[in-house]
Amino acid sequence: MSTDTKPDIAIDRSVGDFRYDVDYEYDAGVGLSEKTIDYIADVKGDPDWIRRFRQDAFRKFKEMPMPTHWASPDLNNIVFENIRYYLSKGTQPKRSWDEVPEEMKLTFERLGIPEQERKFLAGVEAQFDSEAAYSNIKAAVGEQGVIFVGSTEGLHKHPEIFRKWFGKVIPTGDNKFSALNSAVFSGGSFIYVPPGVKVKHPLQAYFRINAESFGQFERTLIIADEGSEVMYMEGCTAPKFETSTLHSAVVELVALKGAKIQYVTVQNWSPNVFNLVTKRGLAHEEAEIKWIDCNIGSRLTMKYPGVVMKGRKARGEVISIALASDGQHQDTGAKMIHAADETTSNIVSKSISVGSGRATYRGLVHVPKHLKGCKNNTECDALLINAHSRTDTYPAITVRGQGNACQHEASVSQISEEQIFYMQQRGIPEGAAMSLAVNGFVNDLVQQFPMEYSVELKRLIDLEMEGSVG
Amino acid sequence: MSAVIEEIDTPTAWPDWFRAQQNAALADYEATPAPTRKDEAWRFANIGALDLSAFRPAAPVSSEGRLINLSTGLAGVSAKMVFANNALLHQDTGRLPAGVLLKPLDVAAREDEALFRKYFMAQPVELGSHKYAALHKARVATGAFLYVPKNTEVTLPIELFHWVEGENASVFPHTLIVCGENSKVTVIDHFRSADQKRAFACGVNDLHLERGAQLTYIGVQDWARESLAFHINSTIVDCDALATSLNANFGGGFVRGESLSRLTGEGARSVMLSLNPMDGERQIDQRTLQDHVAPRASSDLLYLNSLDGSARTIFAGLIKVGEGAHRTDAYQKVRNLMLSDEAEANSMPGLEILADDVRCTHGATTGEISDDELFYMEARGIPRQTGRRLILNGFFQTLLERLESEDLRTYLGGMVSKKLSVPV
Repeated sequence: MSTDTKPDIAIDRSVGDFRYDVDYEYDAGVGLSEKTIDYIADVKGDPDWIRRFRQDAFRKFKEMPMPTHWASPDLNNIVFENIRYYLSKGTQPKRSWDEVPEEMKLTFERLGIPEQERKFLAGVEAQFDSEAAYSNIKAAVGEQGVIFVGSTEGLHKHPEIFRKWFGKVIPTGDNKFSALNSAVFSGGSFIYVPPGVKVKHPLQAYFRINAESFGQFERTLIIADEGSEVMYMEGCTAPKFETSTLHSAVVELVALKGAKIQYVTVQNWSPNVFNLVTKRGLAHEEAEIKWIDCNIGSRLTMKYPGVVMKGRKARGEVISIALASDGQHQDTGAKMIHAADETTSNIVSKSISVGSGRATYRGLVHVPKHLKGCKNNTECDALLINAHSRTDTYPAITVRGQGNACQHEASVSQISEEQIFYMQQRGIPEGAAMSLAVNGFVNDLVQQFPMEYSVELKRLIDLEMEGSVG
Repeated sequence: MSAVIEEIDTPTAWPDWFRAQQNAALADYEATPAPTRKDEAWRFANIGALDLSAFRPAAPVSSEGRLINLSTGLAGVSAKMVFANNALLHQDTGRLPAGVLLKPLDVAAREDEALFRKYFMAQPVELGSHKYAALHKARVATGAFLYVPKNTEVTLPIELFHWVEGENASVFPHTLIVCGENSKVTVIDHFRSADQKRAFACGVNDLHLERGAQLTYIGVQDWARESLAFHINSTIVDCDALATSLNANFGGGFVRGESLSRLTGEGARSVMLSLNPMDGERQIDQRTLQDHVAPRASSDLLYLNSLDGSARTIFAGLIKVGEGAHRTDAYQKVRNLMLSDEAEANSMPGLEILADDVRCTHGATTGEISDDELFYMEARGIPRQTGRRLILNGFFQTLLERLESEDLRTYLGGMVSKKLSVPV
């Protein structure tokens, strides 16, 4: 519609917009230097190899330029010297909600985490700034040999598994922000699922930023041993601050032969958070890794979950929903690296740009030489709501040799006047009609989220329409 | 310093003001850094292939008469010009309708200075080859200048031949076409090598369509197989005008093609086609931009590649819909047909949409000839190899069907069949 008479769309973000004052025991101060790295390593009691890993990563971080030759110049607005890199109230998470410090408990109760845990989760970890305040796994799941702890505990208590895979899927120097994470990481989950164990209910992590100018750098490593299955869900919120906040996670998944991992993210950071996340999975023979990714919050998100299909018949999938509202840039996408015969991958991405929001899809599909029977399917659809909304699509597909099939399709459209008119004729107000149309656009993807999340998602995308009919 | 920038012995009689522009362009070429792998406009590109150090200015050709005799294409044409090694060999422009100007570029610079200044390389080169466009401008010696006045139709096509001869010779072919309001014309550029020696071609073709004009532009590139070639195009389409361009790349060892279509008026249409039967170690690197500035314009791009041997293709296309370019209808599609295990196809179909109420779609597919189709033909007595060639021929015919003129379809279809050695 060439005239901009559409009503503004507001999303209810009030759920996460509150904070309680917390007295931190450990504070690395503001800014980043060798000292910050040492402070974090000291507080966390890192073994030597992790300390060296951090120092090496910090050097790489300093050497690497900002990727602004292709990425948003908004990255230059991140002032690394003004960020606090470590804040905690002790490094040991509590096993019961009663022991969690009061202000943190209040925060998570308000976000409904303990209630969700009782209802449908196999385990929960709740991270508050740099460290987990609470971490627990249901007894029955623990008895099957499933490990679900924080990254620090993982590397201390299970070094034989942790060290084998840590930093192997995403090397430190993969990009500037994975290097930063590797230097200052704290928190995140370490999960190991033993062979053949199918974890019935999802494991959940909740990430909360509470302090202003704080950078959260969690590190998650999930290993699903042969024939096992696990679903991991993460949610995140932060209160709205005046200054910008940085969230830069690294998530590595390893699915051994025949294993299945589903990783679900509902990202609802406040609109001043730079959310720069590196996520990649390694799928061995006949393994399956599926990223289900929903980005609603943040100021700038850059996230391209990937799957390296290393074993024959491995499968990778990315389902992505992005909603870019006023002032937001959702720069999301997927990477599919086919590295064995008969590997298949599927990418379905839907984005909605509202007001001055900008949604970008970046994709990479790679089929190297001498592989047979690889298949990729990519679909990305973008919906533009207002005249000054923006959407971009930048896929890159490389295929070497014959015997493989790749197809990419993308479309950009808007909600048609006819659709809205049709609904208005039947007594549905314009705002509600828009809301219905938007929900219809993403509905088939929302279905893929676990039940509890899809309800939450629908509510989030249930756009509140204000303003008059044009 | 590379020899390619040395001036040829018998320079064209350009006017002084253009000489000054050429000197500035040479300084620009030297000051502009060479592309690197980090440049988005050169992503996946084989930067190593851009070494120009072996090339030198082209000497006059050995036999002008031979090349003039070899300059044949379509059966019926309205005019013809033959260029070789940066010089005009022959022109036959007597049968053109009154008012149509078809002359060597250097002559146009003197005789039609205002037109030349308005249109000659008027568009900045935005798709990565600014440096090579500057080199072209600095060293262009002549080329074709066509001006079709308003309400004039040139019924039969105009054919332009650009030859190169000699080992490591450098040529700078140029075609500038200006179509006045409601005019109609078809132009074919033939790029050919007089021998099988490696050469360097750095060509520019700029097409300007005023309101309601219709232009069909065909570029048939058949340089010798080792050659390095740049073909830099910009097409500016005003209200209700229709530009149809087809670039067929049959030759060249490393070819970089940049095609920019800018839709500046409501109702403008641009059809961008390319067919590339690739084999051996040949590489083609194509970058395109469908730049929608005006509302209610449409663009439609279809690029077809077949990849045999260890051929390599890059397609990087962008549909850009500017703010205010509402009701844009843009389509972009690249299809790669893989014929060998050593070939590599890179596709980057991009979209940047800053307006709403648009219909933009793009697609990229990479696949192979299906065994079922080959079996079907084998069962009917057609050998496998022949079947493959027939299917490949059909693959490219689908693109040729987009052309309005049957003569063009037949001619290009014949060239495709010949290149693919399809039995008649």
